[in-house]
Amino acid sequence: MKWPDVARRALLRGGALAGGGVLVGGGARAFSGPPVVSGPPVLSGEAITLRIGRGAVAMGGRMARAVAINGSVPGPVLRLRQGQMLRLTVVNELAEETSLHWHGLELPFQMDGVPGVSFPGIAPGASFTYAFPITQSGTYWYHSHSGLQEMMGCYGALVIDPAEPEPEPVLREHVLLFSDHSFVDPARILARLKADPGYYNHQPQTLADLLAGGKQAQPLGQRLAWARMRMDPTDIADVTGSVLHYLVNGHDAADNWTGLFTPGEAVRLRCINAAAMTFFNLRIPDLPLEVVAADGQAVQPVVVDEFQFGSGETYDVIVRPGPRAYTIAAETMDRSGMACATLAPAAGMKAAVPPLRPRPLLTMKDMGMAMSGGAMGPMKMRDGANAPQVALGPGVEMISPMPQDRSGDPGIGLDQAGHRVLTYRDLLAAAPNPDPRAPEREIEVHLTGAMNRYMWSIDGRRMQEAHEPIPMRKGERLRMTLVNDTMMAHPIHLHGHLFELVTGHGTHAPRKHTVNVLPGGRISFDMTARPGDWAFHCHLFLHMAMGMMRIVKVRPA
Amino acid sequence: MRAPAPLGLLALLALLALPQGALADPDPASPAGTDQSPGSAEAPPVVHDRAADRFWPAAAMAAAEQAMMAPAPPYAAMKVDLAEYQLGAGADRWRWEGEGWAGDVNRLLLRTRGEGAVGRRLDEAEVEAAYARAISPWWNLEAGVRQDIRPTPARSHAMLAAEGMAPYLFDVLAAAYLSDRGQLTGRIEASVDQRLTRRLVLQPRMELNLSAQDMPAERLGAGLTSAELGLRLRFEITRRFAPYVGAAWTWRSGRTAAYARAEGEGAAARSLVLGVKGWF
Repeated sequence: MKWPDVARRALLRGGALAGGGVLVGGGARAFSGPPVVSGPPVLSGEAITLRIGRGAVAMGGRMARAVAINGSVPGPVLRLRQGQMLRLTVVNELAEETSLHWHGLELPFQMDGVPGVSFPGIAPGASFTYAFPITQSGTYWYHSHSGLQEMMGCYGALVIDPAEPEPEPVLREHVLLFSDHSFVDPARILARLKADPGYYNHQPQTLADLLAGGKQAQPLGQRLAWARMRMDPTDIADVTGSVLHYLVNGHDAADNWTGLFTPGEAVRLRCINAAAMTFFNLRIPDLPLEVVAADGQAVQPVVVDEFQFGSGETYDVIVRPGPRAYTIAAETMDRSGMACATLAPAAGMKAAVPPLRPRPLLTMKDMGMAMSGGAMGPMKMRDGANAPQVALGPGVEMISPMPQDRSGDPGIGLDQAGHRVLTYRDLLAAAPNPDPRAPEREIEVHLTGAMNRYMWSIDGRRMQEAHEPIPMRKGERLRMTLVNDTMMAHPIHLHGHLFELVTGHGTHAPRKHTVNVLPGGRISFDMTARPGDWAFHCHLFLHMAMGMMRIVKVRPA
Repeated sequence: MRAPAPLGLLALLALLALPQGALADPDPASPAGTDQSPGSAEAPPVVHDRAADRFWPAAAMAAAEQAMMAPAPPYAAMKVDLAEYQLGAGADRWRWEGEGWAGDVNRLLLRTRGEGAVGRRLDEAEVEAAYARAISPWWNLEAGVRQDIRPTPARSHAMLAAEGMAPYLFDVLAAAYLSDRGQLTGRIEASVDQRLTRRLVLQPRMELNLSAQDMPAERLGAGLTSAELGLRLRFEITRRFAPYVGAAWTWRSGRTAAYARAEGEGAAARSLVLGVKGWF
């Protein structure tokens, strides 16, 4: 994106205004009684207009370029009601095409907002009106599906109140939208990764680690084994805190975004991971988190102390804070940074911020190897026989020899957190699943890549080189099994569908729209195909841009 | 075929128990919902039509789809592996080695290297242009041409090379050259980065030069002509800019060494090196 000088000055002016807004928003927030939704402005009703244009976000006292919605990053919270119609007009004030996608909504596909798949996109200067009924309730979000605009801040929260009020409503609630933002243009970040995939990894293994021993380093034998395979156990995130700043509702830790509460009351936190490239480990020290919804769908309450979530996932948690301040700490999975906010009875309070924990190391399990220890045995790391459908080209570094069901794992680096960490298997739908039929067939999809070349694909083919849609019949019940043949975790999102995770919970399977597939892991979900063309991709935006994406085409049977 | 009676009874019991049973505990006798195994129905045929054409102008959809499917713009980088000042027994020397590329799986490659005594004409200078193609996650095959600028008379070569990362993370380049006079030579370079700390990197580096024939005009003998071993310690101020200090040892061997001695030069040399490694 080009930023002419005039526009740049306008941007800086706008930035200064936004900076002023930060002070009001973060420090001197007025407290006007429940229910309070703090953060970006809230829009409701059946007719809404959003303007997408250039903006800025304040980070560490400097202004970073952004793509803003109605001038703010994140965009307004859309607060809708189940059963209403929505007529939402998007005005494109950028010099390039834009779009908005409604992440997690089951809507008519032509309103889904993916240029080239569901509609033609919104040209510069043009506007487009989305019109669709709101049929579900819960915590969702929306974002641009054009280029790398999402990575520049073009997203917002979408909260839908149920048509029938809940029996015991939680009156106090806050939207916590977590994101990542950089002073460096996303296209440049991508160019750096192409030239040096380890460019942003500032926590590699060193000789000093080896000599120091401990958990921070592999012992020599293991290190040699990994070097022989040309694998890096510290390659946990491509883009890290060395270039990203982590935000809560658009505010960095210094802003200390604060959610207020009255001691003794229950507080619902609607947690949205809107980051382009980041997994977060979310915890609030001293406060148990009662998870009540995943991806907007009510689950049977489960109490944990921490959960890891990937780009695109949302969790609703209920907390019961006492008369003090608490730190909401969202540490990145690779422990290179943290998004921080405060939960307090009054503005201006602050609790201790927990330090970053040591970065974890990937293990043999992340490579799709069954056994513990370093023994490699005769297992081949790139045996086409283990995945006949995968095109074994230069973009496929490995094929997991024995991918595991990792739905009982808490995520990378949280095995020994020392407290309760959420796993997918802990989730049970609150209500019976709407479609209890057995899947008529199974589709196996391999997530593939080569970190060394920064190439990402599905079944060994980037979408751009092999436009092979996944065909489905309207209304058919089928099982999708995702196998991760890379060393990275991928949050996989299927547009326009809520699917049921196959985690052994029968008709109470948790329903999700985005599922994190751990490295060396496999996970299945059952789904009922909805008609139309739907995007299906990794929600790490650079992975999607590199081609880890397919189109699902659902046609009448 | 009839199900054995006990199994049928169990299934019936399970069915009866279902309404008041625990919400989640799977019953292996009568799996429900996601506990059921998938069938083996045929997949429908792959279709390529756009469902959105029914709602939006087909031409606009076609253009948007084309934009989405457009191949990524070419990526590019310029790397300077060696740019150094060498302090040895004789005159101080300088030396460079670097490359630039553009593309992705298919790349256009430009490579250059050279060296000489400070204040004098260059001893060696060459430029290479090649097409490189990824043939595996770790290896590229390169084909191209090399033009020597020094020594004179300048030679041209056809070049075929494999470049990539070997097990144990060694960066390797193995190239064969056929000159315009039909002479076959080769070069193998290998290096490995050992991180001492996050910013401090020790890089052992080896280079072997080979010749298939005696080349008296170039003062090269058949076989291994020279070998070089280097040890460089760099400090990464950023990943893209790292000054280094190190040492390099070179040996000429066989007849190449004899040629050197005949001209009053030593067959072996060592030097202290100071330089910069980087990319942009």
